[in-house]
Amino acid sequence: MTPDLLTDITIFVLAILVGFEVISKVPATLHTPLMSAANSIHGIVLAGAMLIAVTAHDALGYILAFIACAFAAANVVGGYVVTGRMLKMFKRTRTPVPAAAEPAAVSGNGQAPAATKPGGAA
Amino acid sequence: MSAWSWVTQLLYVAAAVCFVLGLHLMNSPASARRGNQVSTAGMTLAIVTTFALVIHSGTVKPAGWAVMIAGTLIGAGAGLYMARTIEMTAMPQLVSLFNAVGGGAAALVAINDYVHVTGSTAGVAESVTIFTILDVLIGAVTFSGSIIAAGKLQGLIDGAPITFPGSRAVNFGAAAVGVGGAIYLLVSPSVPVLIIIILAALAFGVTMVLPIGGADMPVVISLLNAFTGTAVAMAGFVIGNWALIIAGALVGASGSILTKLMADAMNRSLANIMIGGFGTGDTGPAIEGPGGDVRSIQADDAAIQLAYAQKVIIVPGYGLAAAQAQHAVAELATVLEERGVEVSYAIHPVAGRMPGHMNVLLAEANVPYPQLREMDEINPEFPRADVALVIGANDVTNPAARRPGNPVSGMPILDVDAAKSIIVIKRSMGHGYAGIDNELYVNPKTSMFFSDAKSALAELTSAVKTLVG
Repeated sequence: MTPDLLTDITIFVLAILVGFEVISKVPATLHTPLMSAANSIHGIVLAGAMLIAVTAHDALGYILAFIACAFAAANVVGGYVVTGRMLKMFKRTRTPVPAAAEPAAVSGNGQAPAATKPGGAA
Repeated sequence: MSAWSWVTQLLYVAAAVCFVLGLHLMNSPASARRGNQVSTAGMTLAIVTTFALVIHSGTVKPAGWAVMIAGTLIGAGAGLYMARTIEMTAMPQLVSLFNAVGGGAAALVAINDYVHVTGSTAGVAESVTIFTILDVLIGAVTFSGSIIAAGKLQGLIDGAPITFPGSRAVNFGAAAVGVGGAIYLLVSPSVPVLIIIILAALAFGVTMVLPIGGADMPVVISLLNAFTGTAVAMAGFVIGNWALIIAGALVGASGSILTKLMADAMNRSLANIMIGGFGTGDTGPAIEGPGGDVRSIQADDAAIQLAYAQKVIIVPGYGLAAAQAQHAVAELATVLEERGVEVSYAIHPVAGRMPGHMNVLLAEANVPYPQLREMDEINPEFPRADVALVIGANDVTNPAARRPGNPVSGMPILDVDAAKSIIVIKRSMGHGYAGIDNELYVNPKTSMFFSDAKSALAELTSAVKTLVG
């Protein structure tokens, strides 16, 4: 067993422990974005895919490099974009309701105190 | 170690720090977006560093550049398109698909490395081979398994557990060939044997996921997520890259945690889920509950109860998402809030098709996240609730879970029966996934509103509005 390998294994084990520590603090509300974020992080495999191209000198190497780069790039770009899209939806307060949801018949009917009621239940 | 290696390694470490910080910032919805940006910055740094390494190597041929850039651009375009256009209800499929391509790419990295190393005269160092083989096996299983999972979620493959005569035997056979081939490769390097174990791993992935039912998907996706992370970490060992090792380990940890949480919330062991076959709907014997009369209710009466309540807790289940009724429920909640009713949502961990799915669907429908409450947090509040409105949730509300001796025993449930009154919107008295009667429905406090979730909510909303007028 080489010292290099030992270093790699040490890093691996410590990173798993850091992962457990950090991720166990993520609230259940965010578990889908969390999984999506983790998804985009494993898109780092794009780095490995690009390095295939360095050693590719024949048709097989080129094919492997092409597929690996395409897979990994879809993973990393799609992952980050969709995570961002989801997180953008999480808002602390209700954004102004579209006009269609506020029928004219309802307005001005003694509901003024209710209108200021905070959304949060706690 | 040259200055160049120092700089690139340090840049990779910086990228890894960004990933950890990014995940850390996801501990609150308020900072989560910043977390994603930090993580994106780390990823950009890692990719730019790698690009510099590729240029610095100076050995890339024009064809190598062409395939690398073309592959990356095509993949990035496809990923971008899917991420922009996907419906939030289809998120589990997309995540599954990204697991598949991530695992596939990790396997390809190892395959390329193996072919390259065995081609050279130096032979294969044993330590390299172990990680290469693990990467190939895990990556290939993840690839085929995730594609099957995505197909099931998308409805391209029957969501019910699929078994065929001898499917279990094929599964075990594939596992045996994979492990046997792996041991052979450790002794004597051989590319044909590598191909055999790749095929065996692909077959194992398919036969692993096919027998698992649709309702178990939150567990399966989490598990495959953990697999992908592990495969990427193994790829990091193969090419000696710390960024891959750390990122893979983080994802492996995340996937493992979510897998455990989901399995616990379903009251199933992981082994039980993987063996599959449960919840087919036709094989599970229907266990009769204590029986009793069911009271049904019409929209007007239900609307009066809701409109004159002080506190309403909405319990959404997968049926709500399946009926695309998340916007309808949000509209009803808005109307109730305008009347001064306190509204919150009780979200069971397995509401939806992946961990936390229901929260995203409701967030999309403009529900503020402070109203989205986790099970442990909301359960003590049910006794104070005037009305609990259950929409498309079944087993997770069944009080039978508190008693031993039935399929849901011990399952963590929402204490809906503690509310002062309960309204259940449901199409019929059909069973949930566990195949047993829900005792909640015969509770004297419960009224059943038999209807499709979306039209029921629309009726309730307009009835409440009429009361206001």
